This record gives sequence, structure tokens and C-alpha cells, in this order.
Amino acid sequence: MEYSKEVMDRYNDPKNVGSLDESDRNVGTSVVGAPSCGDVIKLQIKVDENGKISEAKFKTFGCGAAIASSALITEWVHGKSLEEAKTIKNKEVAQYLSLSPVKAHCSVLAEEAVDKAIENYLIKNQSEK
Amino acid sequence: MKKKTIDVVYMDYQATTPCDKRVLEDMTPYFCEDFGNPHSINHVMGLRAKEAVEKARKQVADLINADDPREILFTSGATESNNLAIQGAARFYREKGNKIITSVMEHKCVLEACRALEREGFEIVAIPVLRNGIIDLQSLEKAVDERTILVSVMSVNNEIGTIQPIDEISEICRSRGALFHTDAAQAVGKIKVDASRVDLMSISGHKIYGPKGVGALYVRLKPRVRLKPLFFGGGQERGVRSGTLATPLCVGLGKACEIARFEMETERIRLTELKNYFLKKIFDSLDKVYLNGDENRRIPGCINLSFDGIEGEGIMLGMPDICVSSGSACTSDSLEPSYVLREISIREDLAHSSLRIGLGRFTTFEEVDYASSRIVDVVNRLRAMSPIW
Repeated sequence: MEYSKEVMDRYNDPKNVGSLDESDRNVGTSVVGAPSCGDVIKLQIKVDENGKISEAKFKTFGCGAAIASSALITEWVHGKSLEEAKTIKNKEVAQYLSLSPVKAHCSVLAEEAVDKAIENYLIKNQSEK
Repeated sequence: MKKKTIDVVYMDYQATTPCDKRVLEDMTPYFCEDFGNPHSINHVMGLRAKEAVEKARKQVADLINADDPREILFTSGATESNNLAIQGAARFYREKGNKIITSVMEHKCVLEACRALEREGFEIVAIPVLRNGIIDLQSLEKAVDERTILVSVMSVNNEIGTIQPIDEISEICRSRGALFHTDAAQAVGKIKVDASRVDLMSISGHKIYGPKGVGALYVRLKPRVRLKPLFFGGGQERGVRSGTLATPLCVGLGKACEIARFEMETERIRLTELKNYFLKKIFDSLDKVYLNGDENRRIPGCINLSFDGIEGEGIMLGMPDICVSSGSACTSDSLEPSYVLREISIREDLAHSSLRIGLGRFTTFEEVDYASSRIVDVVNRLRAMSPIW
């Protein structure tokens, strides 16, 4: 598989690998994909008092495109409000990384991971109010 | 002593092998000097080429223990040989029945040739494999009946290197009067193959240090096995495979077979040592690595491992200078993981986590050492960022 420089940079030196405290009420967590399908992304966001994403971490089981897509999207959500983060589309990720059509599902998974992490954060904070 | 630095390690010998220099040397004169058409037997140039082709035919026959060199037909490679054997036999013996039996672990060219026959109305049965990567003989026994024209099962699996029970399959076929074809592309030159056990056998040049673009099909003469040709022309190769033979390629295949015949045993011993050394290094450094396929019934040069928690293409990306392959979905165009691995893996995700490491004639200890260290480094790095490790 031939990848763009953007993919290789993120595969070789991904920013934001790691995890956040899942029990923290300011942290939203998502796990998307399935091991049997060959891709799993765990993505976490931390939301500050201004409602902005102050930290985003990921761990990914998958190919180069899956790792790069999750790394890139954690870079992009950083500093954004939840509303802004939700507007990031998989097409933008795929385009930025020059993913081939066969790898497009990796960017779909990354978008889903962000949406689910936001959802998790919102549910958590709703029930605790 | 200064150590030579390694820049690329080729460990994909099941995909293809480099041409042995001794092979190339024998081929060379037949391009520009002795370039005659081996079918122009009424002049000296044609005769010289014919003589070279016939010598090669004998060399191939000797390696696979064929009774008569005329049982060897030259083709463009194992894909053509497999198509010719399967489609040719099915169409010739159509009146006998309409059942063709194969296995789920066959090379694509066998499965696709069968699929083409299915569209023509033949019944295709694909026998499953057991957990150890060996064909399920009981299912095979149940499936073969008097309406079965042909059974096609590979001798050695190309992904995991398991050796299939050719003698047992042969007995089942003979007791029911079915023809037996084996795709021996990964077996010839690596283990002893015996044409007396089969009716048809496919051979590839470039898997055994010969040139690409040439292969052979063994077609039994006694009792005679008949085939319908795939295409038509001058009626060369016993009327089954028309087209002017590529003399240098035939010579190359012959020489490759001759070398394999004499060096097979020493090579097998050397590769077993290399394999053991490699596996020890990997297992000593990493947890939860699984060897796919039967531990004993396998060729030493094909090592297929699953690395729990990470994905095969991801591993390969981290070491582009180490040439291996993976059964992961992400290395295939269809996004389907290897069927064989999915069948035999203890967990479904492990099919995605596989690497096939192929050792061969020119693999050195230094290369094995270097490659295993690189693999360990990349596996550790990726496991650290895996959510399922």
C-alpha cells in the first residue's frame, strides 16, 4: 500500500497516543470498530470549563491509514468546541491524508470515534446534573 | 572485521524467488545465439532449440519422478497450468459427471477456474481445512463419488506452508476413479513430490529460482489423461498447449529443477536451522505470537505468525526494508482477510495480525537476525498504541 507523506508522518510519529482517565466527568470516551474487522479506535476527549476540547488521545489497532486517521482527527479537534468538532467530516480526513477509496472506511471510523466520544461526554454530564 | 550493513532483506520467497545465476547462465545463449524455433525441426537452428527444450523437459520430469518426459507440458506459469488442468479435464470428461472437488485454501487461480466452471453448469465442492491448516480428509472422502471428474488440492499451502496429505488424497481419488490434480507450485523443489501419485501437477518457474513467465503441467500418459485446450493454434505440446515454446524460459525452468533436485536436502536442513533460529528470537522477545499451521507438517521456508493486538499491514509499514507479506485485509484489494487464516485462527482478529515470513536459498543468518530484531521493535511500538493489547 502506497501512502502519502501525511499518512507516513503520523504513522511514524503520531501525536496524542495514549489515554485519559475514563472516570473523569470531563472526559468523553469512545471505542469504535471491531477486532474481527481489523480496525479498532479508542478515542478520548477532555473538555475544559469553556466547553472546548483541551486534550484528545487515541489508541488504534489497525493499518497505517487507521492509525493516521485517528492521529489526525485528534490533532484537529484540539481547541475546538464540541459543536465545531462535530462538523469535521471523514471526507476532509481522507482528502488531507490522500487515502485511496479502499481506505476511506478508516476516515469514517475516525469521524465516528469523535462523534461517539462527544456523545459519551454529553451523556455523562447530563446524568450527573 | 567490519560487518556489511543490510539495507533490504527479502523474505517473501513464497511470492517469488530471485533467479539463480546458474539458471540465467544456461538461459542466455538461447536469446541471441541459439534463437531458433524449437518447432522448426528441419534445420540445425531449430534442432538446437528443440534439443535444449527436450533436455529441460527431462530435467523437470526427473525432479517430480515422472516416468516419461513427454508427460511434461510447458506453460506460461502455474496459473495457466492450473487453469489448463482443471478446465481442460472438466470439459474433456464432461460425459463422466459434473462434479469438481477442490479445497477452500487453494490459490485464487484454482478457485477462479472452478468458479468459471460453475457458471458452465459444473458442481463445485470446496473441502474445508482443519485448524492445523491441513485439508479435512473425512469431508473429502465423503464428497468424492463416481460422478466426480477431478479433485484439485494443492501440495503445499502458499500462505502457511502446510504440507497436504497427497498420498491419502491420491488413494481416495483412485478408489473412486476420479482424476487428481495438485498445484505443486510451492512444493516442487522444497519437498519430494511424486508424479506417480497424481494425474496432473502444476509447476511454477519463478517459485523455484527459475525465470518468471514459465511453468509446467505434468499430464499422465499411462493411463492417458486427456485435456481440452484453453486456446488453439499450431498444436504444440501434444496438441494441448499451442504456441511457440519460449526456449530460454524452458531451459531456465529445467535448470532450476535440476539444481533443486541436487540441493533440496541440504537446503531443507539449512532453512530449518534458520527457521528455528528466527522463531526462537521472536518467541523469546514477544508474548502472544502464534505460529499458523501445523507445527510439523510444513516446509521450513514459510513462517506464518499472528501477532496479537496489532494489524499486519501496520507492522509492514514500520519496516518497509523487510520484505514480507500479510494475510491482513488491508493488504488485499477486497478488504477481506486471508480465508485460510480466518479458518484456522483461534480468534477472528488474528487473521488481520499475520505476517508471512519467507526464507529461501539466499537468506543468511545475518538477515534473519536483523529482520527478527526489526520485527520485535515494530511489534512493541504498535502494541503500545493498541487499544486491544
